[in-house]
Amino acid sequence: MTATLPSRRTEPAAEDRAQGKRRANRAWFLVLPVVVSVAFTAVIPLMTVVNYSVQDIFSPDDRLFVGLEWFRSVARDPEVRAAFVRTLLFSAQVLLLEIPLGVAVAVVMPRRGLGVPAALVLVALPLLIPWNVVGTIWQIFARPDIGLGGWAVNNVLGLDYNYTLDAGDAWITVLVMDVWHWTPLVALLAYAGLRSIPDPYFQAAQIDGASAWATFRHIQLPRLRGVLTIAILLRFMDSFMIYTEPFVVTGGGPGNATSFLSVLLSKIAVGQFDLGPAGAFSLLYFLAVQIVCYVFFTVLTRTGR
Amino acid sequence: MAEIRLEGVAHSYDGGGTWALKPMTWTWRTGRAYALLGPSGCGKTTLLNIVSGLLTPTRGRIWFDDREVTGVPPAGRNIAQVFQFPVLYDQMSVYDNLAFPLRNRGYPKQEVDRRVRRVSGLLGLDEHLRRRSRRLDAGRQQIVALGRGLVRPEVAAVLLDEPLTVVDPAMKWTLRSKLKEIHRDTGHTLVYVTHDQTEALTFADEVVVLNDGEIVQAGEPGELFLSPAHEFVGHFIGSPGMNVLDGSVAGGLVLVGDAAVGRASGDLPPGPVRIGVRPEFVRLTSEEAPPGIAARVTGIDRMGAYDLVHAQVNGHPLVARTDAAAVREPGSVTFLRFAEGRAFLFRDAVRCGVVEPLAGSAP
Repeated sequence: MTATLPSRRTEPAAEDRAQGKRRANRAWFLVLPVVVSVAFTAVIPLMTVVNYSVQDIFSPDDRLFVGLEWFRSVARDPEVRAAFVRTLLFSAQVLLLEIPLGVAVAVVMPRRGLGVPAALVLVALPLLIPWNVVGTIWQIFARPDIGLGGWAVNNVLGLDYNYTLDAGDAWITVLVMDVWHWTPLVALLAYAGLRSIPDPYFQAAQIDGASAWATFRHIQLPRLRGVLTIAILLRFMDSFMIYTEPFVVTGGGPGNATSFLSVLLSKIAVGQFDLGPAGAFSLLYFLAVQIVCYVFFTVLTRTGR
Repeated sequence: MAEIRLEGVAHSYDGGGTWALKPMTWTWRTGRAYALLGPSGCGKTTLLNIVSGLLTPTRGRIWFDDREVTGVPPAGRNIAQVFQFPVLYDQMSVYDNLAFPLRNRGYPKQEVDRRVRRVSGLLGLDEHLRRRSRRLDAGRQQIVALGRGLVRPEVAAVLLDEPLTVVDPAMKWTLRSKLKEIHRDTGHTLVYVTHDQTEALTFADEVVVLNDGEIVQAGEPGELFLSPAHEFVGHFIGSPGMNVLDGSVAGGLVLVGDAAVGRASGDLPPGPVRIGVRPEFVRLTSEEAPPGIAARVTGIDRMGAYDLVHAQVNGHPLVARTDAAAVREPGSVTFLRFAEGRAFLFRDAVRCGVVEPLAGSAP
């Protein structure tokens, strides 16, 4: 077998080989559908935004190239800066609440038996609700007059709570809503991570007399690193770009209290139709998300290696 | 250290539908090295987990000396267990891994340090103490896992569940001799689970053969080889395993077809019987005289130091191990004899007698 191979290989003429190579290169045409679809769905829209961001557009026929002017003005705008800090604070709070809570839920979820499907369905339920419906649910639920939650806080707990009037109440409402909506995602990811730990690890911990906390700290938590990296990235990106729910519940108010970057952006782009500033804003926003994700990812994958 | 007694212990994973472990009464004696040998799924790990307390048996009781531990959790039993693959707290250093069981039990710092250093000396881990345990090779990781068991004072027994599965063959030898050394130095009771007969026979003072949730025979390695008490032991131990021929007992004689191969020991009632004889104890001769039975040679495997002769007796295949020098041709007819006292009679897979030589004939 091996002896016959070399002689066969030398037979085809150089011409044939060149033709074969040309034919092989035609395989690149198979990539074409992807290139076209990515161009139309991502590259061209993005380049349109880049195009807007460097022009001052008065009307479709009347536009002026302004260079990086919009970037400068957006970056210096106090309203944008305030929204940036607000959004960053919101994301930080979301991560601080949802990650530990999600892990805690995953730890107490049953590992076997009929409780497993029951717990999975129950936990996954908020994830199945469309985002604007989540907003509507909470908008009504938290109302102090007819909403069950809002009414209970006022009349059972005796706290003065009204998310349409008080900035702090509005913030807490949006935060609690996000925790309710997205902690299940963290819980499911963490649960999958925990399920993948082989039984002998828990058995060894039992034999070594490890407490429940020591078992969590030294066996479960180290093995959740991978899924938690994903959970943190997903939750950061989503919460940093949160739009629908606060838009439905508070509309960004009262005042500017829940006016996150995306809410402000849509106000500039769709409300005022300022395409130039909105384009520059979008690109800076995009850049911020990329940078934070990159930092998170690098830190999370490098530590403890 | 303690004597571990199982009293009528049985276990079922499905509430009594099927029994992974059938009721057994058995004692692990202090300071001995046991091998628990059996095929996959025979209940070895179940038995081990019951001893360590990871499983509570469905039935029966467990005693460590005079203390009943049936309901005591693993931490309260002081058992060391090493699993099939190395289980380490892999973000910790080797030192912290070894110290972990002691710190969990609230030992003072100096005591922890003293014990960790003693065990690391014993296992040859001194130069690795500061390293992250996950950076070690699989063999060393397994040694660290073993060390976590040995670091506690007064360990009742060390249980090893196929600990060398992930270790490469060259390292296996080193580790096995290390284990023997530790057994010699510490005098701990060792229970070594394996499905590899060589591992079991070379390692243990006593081999316990488990099949289908039952202990079918326990004894020294030689005993299991020379006098199997169960057909399964004959098959499972030895390479190739024991030959089994269908025969019958009539008038005190053991017959294969019409030919008598010997007398049945004791007062075995007449009826069908199975004759088990290891290839090592089958002799081939060209002389046709009782108790020889005719066999047709079907093939010969030349193994270097010896030959394995395959033959057909009454339609049954049979293997004989013979000297390499002998010249035999496939298709030729030869006569078989069984070495005295080495051919056994089985009914329902359990040994019920021995083939004894015919009166007045040479064995």
